[in-house]
Amino acid sequence: MNKLRLFFLSRRSWTLPYLIFSIIFVIVPLLLIVVYAFTDDAGRMTLENFRKFLAHPEAVNTFIYSIGIAILTTIGCIVLGYPAAWILSRSNSSYSRTLILLFILPMWVNILIRTLATVALFDFASLPLGEGALIFGMIYNFIPFMIYPIYNTLQKMDPSYVEAAQDLGANSFQVFWKVVFPLSMPGVVSGIMMVFMPTISTFAIAELLTMNNIKLFGTTIQENINNSMWNYGAALSLIMLFLIAATSLFSSDEKSDSEKGGQVW
Amino acid sequence: MVKKVLMQTYLWVLLLLLYAPILIIVIYSFTDAKVLGNWTGFSLKLYRSLCNTGAHHSLMNALINTIAIAFIAATVSTLLGSVAAIGIYNLRARSRKAMGFINTIPILNGDIITGISLFLLFVSLGITQGFTTVVLAHITFCTPYVVLSVLPRLKQMNPNLYEAALDLGATPMQALWKVIIPEIRPGMVSGFLLALTISIDDFAVTVFTIGNQGLETLSTYIYADARKGGLTPELRPLSAVIFVVILVLLIIINRRADKAKNK
Repeated sequence: MNKLRLFFLSRRSWTLPYLIFSIIFVIVPLLLIVVYAFTDDAGRMTLENFRKFLAHPEAVNTFIYSIGIAILTTIGCIVLGYPAAWILSRSNSSYSRTLILLFILPMWVNILIRTLATVALFDFASLPLGEGALIFGMIYNFIPFMIYPIYNTLQKMDPSYVEAAQDLGANSFQVFWKVVFPLSMPGVVSGIMMVFMPTISTFAIAELLTMNNIKLFGTTIQENINNSMWNYGAALSLIMLFLIAATSLFSSDEKSDSEKGGQVW
Repeated sequence: MVKKVLMQTYLWVLLLLLYAPILIIVIYSFTDAKVLGNWTGFSLKLYRSLCNTGAHHSLMNALINTIAIAFIAATVSTLLGSVAAIGIYNLRARSRKAMGFINTIPILNGDIITGISLFLLFVSLGITQGFTTVVLAHITFCTPYVVLSVLPRLKQMNPNLYEAALDLGATPMQALWKVIIPEIRPGMVSGFLLALTISIDDFAVTVFTIGNQGLETLSTYIYADARKGGLTPELRPLSAVIFVVILVLLIIINRRADKAKNK
């Protein structure tokens, strides 16, 4: 036990380089967004930027619509990706390694080119561009981020848990729902985080897949920054950050629950 | 048996869907139509004009920049992230939670907020934006993915293994290299691959941190192109070539890994 403590003591400091890096490149920049959001061009304190947002129903609607699209995309990725990760984790290892590579391979083609190709695919099948194309394109772009972490946790899972549940008389549905799924929650939560937030802030994809008909919140923010309206853009970013804080609170709750659940056996 | 066939079919249908757009790019790289989706007969013209670098010098430059940025960022992220993951794993519950939270910020933020916040940082510090700022930005959003790939491996590792190594006379450093690193290596590799793909793919963060010194990556090049109305047709054969090269590389890596395992 003593040796273990010593080990903990020495390894703990390994966090330090990353902590310093994060403070400079993550935390300070975020504070800068807050500073810009609450000031005007001249650097005076103001709430004008937020008043402007609430006075524009168009901006508010875009915001709510973007959340809906992101939720649909995340659900789609879980529904389609979980079975894939599960099947992969049960295949023999060299076969599943090849397949997992095949799943990340499409990501090597630039995201904008892939999106333009998706547009071509929809044209080819004479399907209309719009909401359907947008959600398909989003799932297509982000599903590897869902499959990967789930596959990683499932693969490391001790198969004797499943065997024990079977021996104790659980049917295959029960085995999955009561044993496999709860144990894979860390992977699912990682997957949700990796899919939900990137989805909400994408803009180029939405422009291309809907022929500029559907605007997501990300587009609104980017337009403002591009037009040198840094303060208003920062305020919009801050609104998005509030949403992010809410989501991450939810997912960290889920995570600690599942960690507890994972230890009960 | 039927179940097994169904399961494999599901995987391959999903893969087919994922690959359909790429197949379209590859197919249409063999025709010289200006617009993607128009077939004007088989032609190798686009491949020839791609080889003729004089005409598309800026495209080649953008490609080289993209690859250089991705490899530097992914390598640094993998080192920084793996070291951090081992550190985080050994923290007490409360500080581990805090570090875990800091780690997820760049992922949760989304590209745009990361891009805007770093843009504001560089502007406030008066740093001229260019290659270095893009690399720093890419390390910022790649490292969390490495940490997230490595941490589950550490969590699922049997902690007794490390103790056993120490009991059998290994020094902590030896135990690290012989026990912990082999356990987390798959996580490191997947983290590196993820970092590489995200970096190459990135557009939003790059756009905000690339400055106006004329530096271009593939993403910004394509975006500028799409804005002008059309996609440079040479991007089709270029994407096809990149895709095939990576496919071959991954197959080679995979076969070598299998051979090493069989020995």
